[in-house]
Amino acid sequence: MLWLGTIIEGVLLGGLYALFAAGLSLVFGIMRLVNLAHGDLIVLAAFAILSLTTWLGFDPFLAALLAMPVMFAAGFVLQYVLLNRTLGRDLLPPLLVTFGLSIVIQNGLLEVFTADSRRLRLGAMETASIDLGGNLAIGVIPLLTLGSALAVILLLNLLFYRTALGRAFRATSDDLEIAQLMGIDHHRIYAIAMGIAMLVATIAALYLGIRANFDPTIGPARLIYAFEAVIIGGLGSLWGTLAGGVIIGLAQTVGAKINPEWQILAGHIAFLAVVVLRPRGLFPRALD
Amino acid sequence: MMEPTRYRLASNTRASAFLAFSSIILVLMLAALPAVAGRGLIQDLIFVFYMLALAQCWNLLAGYAGLVSVGQQAFVGLGGYLLFALSIGSGIDPIAAVLLSGLIAAIFAVPTAFVVFRLRGPYFAIGSWVVAEVYRLVFAQFKQLGGGTGTSLPPSVTNEIFGIEWVKAAFDVRSPAARDIITYWIALVLAAGVLWLAYLVLRSRYGLALFAIRDSETTAESAGVDSFRTKLGVYVLVAAATGMIGALIYLQKARISPDAAFSVLDWSAYVIFVVIIGGVGTIEGPIIGVIVFYALQHYLADFGTWYLILLGALAVVTMLFAPKGIWGYVAQRYGVALFPVRRVLVRPDE
Amino acid sequence: MLETRGLTAYYGDFQVLYGIDTTIAPGETIAIIGANGAGKSSYLKAITGLIRAEPASVRFEDRPIGALGAANILKLGIAMVPEGRRLFSSLTVEENLLIGRYGRDTDGIWSLDAIYALFPALKQRRTVPSHSLSGGEQQMAAIGRALMSNPRVLLCDEISLGLAPIVIRDIYDAMPRIKQNGTSIVLVEQDIVQAMKVADRVYCFQEGRVSLSGRPAELTKDQIHLAYFGR
Repeated sequence: MLWLGTIIEGVLLGGLYALFAAGLSLVFGIMRLVNLAHGDLIVLAAFAILSLTTWLGFDPFLAALLAMPVMFAAGFVLQYVLLNRTLGRDLLPPLLVTFGLSIVIQNGLLEVFTADSRRLRLGAMETASIDLGGNLAIGVIPLLTLGSALAVILLLNLLFYRTALGRAFRATSDDLEIAQLMGIDHHRIYAIAMGIAMLVATIAALYLGIRANFDPTIGPARLIYAFEAVIIGGLGSLWGTLAGGVIIGLAQTVGAKINPEWQILAGHIAFLAVVVLRPRGLFPRALD
Repeated sequence: MMEPTRYRLASNTRASAFLAFSSIILVLMLAALPAVAGRGLIQDLIFVFYMLALAQCWNLLAGYAGLVSVGQQAFVGLGGYLLFALSIGSGIDPIAAVLLSGLIAAIFAVPTAFVVFRLRGPYFAIGSWVVAEVYRLVFAQFKQLGGGTGTSLPPSVTNEIFGIEWVKAAFDVRSPAARDIITYWIALVLAAGVLWLAYLVLRSRYGLALFAIRDSETTAESAGVDSFRTKLGVYVLVAAATGMIGALIYLQKARISPDAAFSVLDWSAYVIFVVIIGGVGTIEGPIIGVIVFYALQHYLADFGTWYLILLGALAVVTMLFAPKGIWGYVAQRYGVALFPVRRVLVRPDE
Repeated sequence: MLETRGLTAYYGDFQVLYGIDTTIAPGETIAIIGANGAGKSSYLKAITGLIRAEPASVRFEDRPIGALGAANILKLGIAMVPEGRRLFSSLTVEENLLIGRYGRDTDGIWSLDAIYALFPALKQRRTVPSHSLSGGEQQMAAIGRALMSNPRVLLCDEISLGLAPIVIRDIYDAMPRIKQNGTSIVLVEQDIVQAMKVADRVYCFQEGRVSLSGRPAELTKDQIHLAYFGR
């Protein structure tokens, strides 16, 4: 019975990691961009939500809703003005530019907000839980997190497979040159994709901030978990990314159960194990 | 019928002969420096030398072999901890321990490579970072080496380094300064060694193979290059050098902790910055880069977060507008090469 | 309507076109023939903006378009059926057709239904991922994709490449319906026979230059042979 609780906890944690990873997966799938600043952008969104709750007194959910269009615009501009210039055949420029960006964002946040630990306060709902009987209880927030992750991935898949924009995303990802020939302005397409990724990042930031303390320096660790989920899942599969997140979450929770000091290490070991056994991930796209 | 002209392949230019001579002179002069320099300068130069060595190593991996690693801190930390383990635990002299650290790091590099080489490109970068994190978390478990908070080198080690008595007498200094001087010489040897090693590798057939792999791995393979073995070779070689450098760094600092030894900022971010600013894919680049970095560090490090913002912004701007770095720009403009590694077709009459 | 004047083009430092002069009137069908490497595909790529050209060297309705990017060329009404089909592999047949509308959504005769009427084989395979189609089906889909933008000029790059003669015939049978609409067509082909049958005029390229031009009926076999091969 103890183990069932651990597994449930792991799956729920996986929902959070899937949210971290979904935006990354989107961007990497469409434009092969490795955004090393992704974790810091999530933290940036968390501080944006925090600021809105402090200045306007809104509750975090409403603040997140308000922050979303702002983050979309930020992502759009970032991609259009800066990141589009780095894309091309060479591997180094996007890696290094986003690395530099990561450092700038972290330290910029440190300057403005200091290194103090912050939290998004919800009051009673923070610790509310649903009793499942037999000593088992699920936290409401973790459940909401997983639910949001499922909803986000469902919506993204709908976008990809049922809309003209989604077709344009997939076409651009398949063959950039021919996509241009079909009149697709890939600069705009990429910018929209990054904007959407930032929307997802804002949702991830909301749950990150409610669940645990955050400060400007926690970006890189979230980036690593996100990437692990994306790589485990396989290129181009959002459901794969969800699976990846759940695997990392489970590994971490089980590891923590055995020895609290082993939590993060367990996640990394699980990742490396998948990498060795299935370098292309569990659900890679057929071609690539 | 005309006699076919006989061309030959050469990578010597006049500059390289001059270079060989002048670099030996330079190293000798630097070795004699402790006789006249103050302790502060010696310590600064140790920093410059080991950053230069790390930068050359990263350059060899990423700029030449195309292996963009964000996880070299794994071997820096490994080297540091090996130094502590060997000198405290096994009573081995620190200088010998530095060498041994390199050797053992190379051994660790083999299974590590088998894991990370499963990934390509950006995935490899992230994978190497994760591996470094694993190293960090594992070493934090070893209580004998201080666990999560780390440990210091005891005087029994720092005061007993081979040759320290001779140095104290020759330069008329106390133990800490003498230790710095010995560390300085090790750093000088390492920096010069890595530089020359890089130069020699790149001039050899091995180097040609690296260039080929960097430009197009599949094409290189079809031309008969065993890309896995070539990449493995570079990776292990660089790991050995990085391990030795890590051992040296922590010999000087005399205090180690997992977060410091495996810091992605200190041993990856700054190193990558040095290479980018100077010029990735050239041997001269990191030399320029480390000078620029040292100057920035010296004058601006007090500004804390603003300094880092500046560094980050500089990296972004350089990558966008001068992707070949300072040296790359100069070399392109003036056609210079201090360390000529490219092959040129030479007519028999030249 | 669409003309090139002194069009030169390079791949990096390597020159592929040395001053091409061509004209395509509205509703005309032009065949461009020539050996491998003669510069035919480069000519199309220069027009569609995939390789750079001088602004004034390509003119559409008297406007210089040589420097425009590929996406903008399509918006003007110049659509290409690329060499090797190049369908989007993760899209189904129908999605490939639909994407043809994305960049230029104007009124015109070509709709999904019209394309399916032109190429009935596609209708049966509409939900199939495009990478599992046969060569002929892929070619039909590629043509349909280009037609969905209701172009004024349709550029076809080696549409008979790698296809069986009977399949080639089926595809060329569709040409009259496309012509009917007043669309200009440029057919780049190595295989001369089919192209000459449907073309109003022919240009022959040789090593990046126009070596012959005229109406098919007026050109003799020897003339074409000389222009094609250079000897």
